[in-house]
Amino acid sequence: MSVQLLTYIFVGISFGIYLYIAIRSRANSTSDFYIAGKGVHPIANGMATAADWMSAASFISMAGIISFMGRDGSVYLMGWTGGYVLLALLLAPYLRKFGQFTVPDFIGTRYYSSFARIVAVICLIVVSFTYVAGQMRGVGIVFSRFLEVDINTGVLIGMGIVFFYAVLGGMKGITYTQVAQYCVLIFAYLVPAVFISILITGNPIPQLGFGDQVIDDPQYLLSKLDGIMTQLGFEPYTSGIKSTIDVFCITAALMLGTAGLPHVIVRFFTVPDVAAARKSAGYALIFIAILYTTAPAVASFARLNLFESTHNVSYENAPKWFKNWEDIGLIAWKDKNNDGKIQHANGNAFEPVKPKFNEKKGVYGERLITNAASKDNNNEVYIDRDIIVLANPEIAQLPPWVIALVAAGALAAALSTAAGLLLVISTAVSHDLLKKTFAKNLSEKKELLFARLSILVAVIIAGLFGIYPPAFVAQVVAFAFGLAAATLFPAIFMGIFSKKINKQGAIAGMLIGLIFTLSYIIYFKFLYPEMNSSEYWFLGISPEGIGFIGMLLNLFISFLISLATPPPPNNIIRIIDEIRQP
Amino acid sequence: MMTEKNLKLDQYWKANLRLVLRLLSVWFLASYGCGILFVEFLDQYTFFGFKLGFWFAQQGSIYIFVILIFVYINQMKKLDEAFKNQKEEES
Repeated sequence: MSVQLLTYIFVGISFGIYLYIAIRSRANSTSDFYIAGKGVHPIANGMATAADWMSAASFISMAGIISFMGRDGSVYLMGWTGGYVLLALLLAPYLRKFGQFTVPDFIGTRYYSSFARIVAVICLIVVSFTYVAGQMRGVGIVFSRFLEVDINTGVLIGMGIVFFYAVLGGMKGITYTQVAQYCVLIFAYLVPAVFISILITGNPIPQLGFGDQVIDDPQYLLSKLDGIMTQLGFEPYTSGIKSTIDVFCITAALMLGTAGLPHVIVRFFTVPDVAAARKSAGYALIFIAILYTTAPAVASFARLNLFESTHNVSYENAPKWFKNWEDIGLIAWKDKNNDGKIQHANGNAFEPVKPKFNEKKGVYGERLITNAASKDNNNEVYIDRDIIVLANPEIAQLPPWVIALVAAGALAAALSTAAGLLLVISTAVSHDLLKKTFAKNLSEKKELLFARLSILVAVIIAGLFGIYPPAFVAQVVAFAFGLAAATLFPAIFMGIFSKKINKQGAIAGMLIGLIFTLSYIIYFKFLYPEMNSSEYWFLGISPEGIGFIGMLLNLFISFLISLATPPPPNNIIRIIDEIRQP
Repeated sequence: MMTEKNLKLDQYWKANLRLVLRLLSVWFLASYGCGILFVEFLDQYTFFGFKLGFWFAQQGSIYIFVILIFVYINQMKKLDEAFKNQKEEES
């Protein structure tokens, strides 16, 4: 059977399962809709959290990014897992004890202020929408490459599926669908990784395999890769080029951001009690760690395979995947030295970096581009990092069903995260803005209707982002973490661990954190991108890592202002005592 | 770790804070310490074919995170029970 037919079958079956689950778990109350009636088992919640958390970025992009960054890529590995330790130890149990529906609920109550609630809603919406946009792009890539439908049609199909099960089942439907999606995505991630590990090192466990010796070669895989890369003028794979302070700050911003992401936090509202909240954070991290410890192995296998299957290979004999991805514009080749062979080297192959194709074919049948060749290096290839995971099974020549499985897994990852995000956005609108702020006497039935309506609006906006991707989407997704780290995390953390921080302090802290982090990012990424390099950065910290400084500033300002203004009232002190008890 | 079977709220909270602080120090050492600050130093040693610092950055720290959460779950279970015993005694 062809890859395409198999992909249709796999994707079709998995979508069928999601829809079946959605119909079986309809929501009947706002509690069902927002937090699945607090009846989710910790292991199920762990899987759902893992699927919710592992997005198209984790599934599709992360291994590719690590593959090209080498050791520096560990900022993502540590940053996106270490945050769960903070979540489990500092936030999740207490927020569950507090026992309301949303993150702004907590901030609004703890800081006895509708204004604080609205600031939290704004932070939540900014963070969540940037994130959703990235998911829709992932859905588009998978559909266009594997099902050969138009990207827009792909986005529309994805929107339809998410809309159906999110509106019908709310959090309850989403939770049980995410459990199924976790199973699909982790299986789809591990199968090719195990195959490739066996092919390259003979070791079936990828986590050990990438430290192992290469088959028919006494060399260790990583030192072989280091050797090849040094020869081609790269830094060795296992050493980094980022400065230590930058790596430190990016990791911290990602960890704190992870702990402050509303769609992850809200998952801990769905379990029966405090002990279950702690447990499900533990299970979630196990389920996440399975993918996150496999990813760096996949990354190094892919980099080695990439060099071995294409470096100094003539374009005419290039593997089929190389041309398939060239066809959809994610690979480009320019024969700089006119030898008809593909050569890799350190540096960007052309100026500007992204290829612009002119619809003509070159002498070897390659797609011609209008970009100028960059003169300071011999690199001839542009490879979009997003394709590494998707192309890996083809690069390693695995059977077609594995390729089809990966496509279904990538869709599961993107859809599960999109659904979780859309739900927190709609909850913030129907619950925090309407019910708790602007329309306090809304009946539960009406609130549920508004929740469903706002999902509809959110799905449409997310879909538009997918169909007309704004140029900044890819850049902004990483910054969602910085913003969450600088705003939501400190407000929640201090709300639990300090009795001194009052409403003035928390509001000032969140606003300063938001404004500082946002303006640093806008300054370097949009206003003066030519100055975006370490010599101009504050203390050598990149915009990706600035959320950490934003968080420190937030803590400092909140503390200072709280000292100068009246302490929180007694009923708030009682609430804090209450949430500190198990 | 806990010797007492009965705990009042402020004792419970302090024991909780001590536990969290200890676990977070390990968390910091494993990731920011071994994976970032001392990575070059640790890289001179090899560990199952990996440079040790590289292994901590891309594998080891994640395993340690998982262990930390489960240690926390178990210790808190004991603390919770001690706190509940105290409450029952009072009432």
